[in-house]
Amino acid sequence: MAKSINRTTARLLDGNQAAAEGARLSRVQVIAAYPITPQTPLTEELSEFVEGGELKAEYIAVESEHSAMTVCTSASLVGARTFTATSAHGLAYMHEMLHWAAGARLPVVLACVNRAIGAPWNILNDQQDSISQRDTGWIQIYARNNQEILDTLIQAYKIAETVYIPVMVCFDGYVLSHTEMPVEIPSQEQVDKFLPHYKPHTTLDPANPKNYNLVTLADPRVNADGVLCHGYMELRYLLQEALQNSEKTIMRVGADFGKSFGRDYGNVFWQDGVEDADIVIVAMGSLAMEATVAASMLREDGKKVGVLGLRVFRPFPKAAIARALEKAQVVAVFDKNISYGSEGATCSEIKAALYGSKTKAAIRNFIVGLGGRDVKARELADAVRNTLPAIESGSLNIENPEWICYI
Amino acid sequence: MKVNAVNLTETEYALPGNRTCPGCALALAYRHILKALDGQVIVTVPASCLTVLHGMYPITSVTVPCVNTPFASTGASATGLLAGLRATGKKGLTVLGIAGDGGTHDIGIQSLSGAAERQEDFIYICYDNEGYMNTGNQRSGSTPMGAITGTTPIFGKRQNPKDIAAIMEAHHIPYIATANASYPLDLYEKVRKAKDIEGTRFIHVFTPCAPGWQYPYSDTVKIGQLAVETGLVVLYEIHDGVFRLTSASASLARKGKLKPVKEYLATQGRFKDLTKDQISRLQDWVNTKWQYYLERAAGQDTGAANLDSTKQ
Repeated sequence: MAKSINRTTARLLDGNQAAAEGARLSRVQVIAAYPITPQTPLTEELSEFVEGGELKAEYIAVESEHSAMTVCTSASLVGARTFTATSAHGLAYMHEMLHWAAGARLPVVLACVNRAIGAPWNILNDQQDSISQRDTGWIQIYARNNQEILDTLIQAYKIAETVYIPVMVCFDGYVLSHTEMPVEIPSQEQVDKFLPHYKPHTTLDPANPKNYNLVTLADPRVNADGVLCHGYMELRYLLQEALQNSEKTIMRVGADFGKSFGRDYGNVFWQDGVEDADIVIVAMGSLAMEATVAASMLREDGKKVGVLGLRVFRPFPKAAIARALEKAQVVAVFDKNISYGSEGATCSEIKAALYGSKTKAAIRNFIVGLGGRDVKARELADAVRNTLPAIESGSLNIENPEWICYI
Repeated sequence: MKVNAVNLTETEYALPGNRTCPGCALALAYRHILKALDGQVIVTVPASCLTVLHGMYPITSVTVPCVNTPFASTGASATGLLAGLRATGKKGLTVLGIAGDGGTHDIGIQSLSGAAERQEDFIYICYDNEGYMNTGNQRSGSTPMGAITGTTPIFGKRQNPKDIAAIMEAHHIPYIATANASYPLDLYEKVRKAKDIEGTRFIHVFTPCAPGWQYPYSDTVKIGQLAVETGLVVLYEIHDGVFRLTSASASLARKGKLKPVKEYLATQGRFKDLTKDQISRLQDWVNTKWQYYLERAAGQDTGAANLDSTKQ
């Protein structure tokens, strides 16, 4: 994903503004949102677009996140392109409706401004919120900088409306949401050419009445014409199959985006110096950018270190990950989340992806940056240095993750 | 032309052979609600007995488009349907949110209140069978005092139900009505009237439940009538702040005589363990409410809605 920011057309935008621009350029028709730190400026910006006439859309200032996602699912059923954004507790409050949106195969797009979840209260960044929603059937894409936020939002609609699966575009609170970076804003004409109108798979018309998401039994049943229709389990299989296959769509849409806008996203993760690396650092979102600084420091010490920055967490790109990590001797996975009682969610996925592959790499998991704890490149580099004895000893997995904190 | 049993449209939108229990008052009410809307409606419904009536995929008993939505979200789902219709330029359809008393008084009150405060342009109907009947009769915010339910199994419920119509009136919405499945033409007329009003419209429909309340299936209509005749249910409407008793409640007000509450209570197994004291407290509660409605109808108490002089 080579950057090709044109210095003359780029503007300084923070992550929330970049997301708002992405939604505006995608010509979203219904926006429903409830304010929560650090997402608030994003929804304020969108309401300003709507009230100021820059965006022709319905902005619904709902009374809760549960309602925000409900407005999106019902408006999507009518045939409108819908958008919402939230963080942390807001996303947790939506949980039931996240399942509903994916189960009903509605192409809703949500921007998750990643933030820690209480108790105790904490408004700063980690990725516990979106990781906690990984089993709701949504595609999850993590942006590493503000340009990626804008670009990914536009791609998200094309992906969602192709495979009929909702897409969560995740970006780190404050680290990206409140940090300005140069971002190139494509023209509306360019985006219109790239992103066709939404074609709903549903019809809400008294002349052709249909009843959506009725009680559905486990086994297939015949309809009034004697045709056997899916049971609940078949519908779940179809969602899983669509998610598995969506990896190809995500890559194709990313590559097409590159052709149209000059910024290629034709991969589910990006790599920096992985080809010749003995040690590969894996991380997601802005943390992976910090990891590239750590990798450079380690390269200066003569260590062959590369970074694999995960972009797509759902569907998890198992085969591609296994290929990319084939030659690694050590894989150091940094997680800004924790599956309590186990390990970081990314690490579990990496281990599952590598099972049965040729890789003999030692895998180490580090939990970092929870609740906004600053993550310094030097700390990442030190953690990687500590993994090196594993190469000599040949020991593979350590049962529990290491925490980079004061305990 | 005033609607009557003879000239009421023969078109059915809720078909026979659905999955409701015998003697279901909801089935009776819903049939007339959809007739009043001429089928030009998108219905959104949360988990409830109506979900059962609607059937199981891939067969449904209704001939109107319908969107199922989770329990807490009826008001928000209606909001989303309206926003989607506006955004895609579709006109001429009424959006109807319809939920039970659990989905209205309890888990759904937040999204309903939010939608009403935003003055979303839809009809919300609460059909009230006074408990969580779809899950087998548990106590709700609308269960009457003294009723035995699955979660008040020994002593009965200790509190009076909340007045959901009064709560909705406090949202300054243009139309609020109560209705009763035993008076289907009164219900029909109220839905018909609501259809042509802009803004959030709320209708609270009393729908007796034979298995939950423990009375013979054949008595549903009689029990609904008795609820009105004893004053436990009062039929009225409040249009732009103007309160009016309707139908049987209007004639009872003219005659000035209610039947004793104990006549109603005696018809149902759920009230079988009521003490004399509880019956007397219920009678007092009904008397106070009835007096309030009579005074309000006579214009002596103009109520909360008329205090809202800022209403547009």
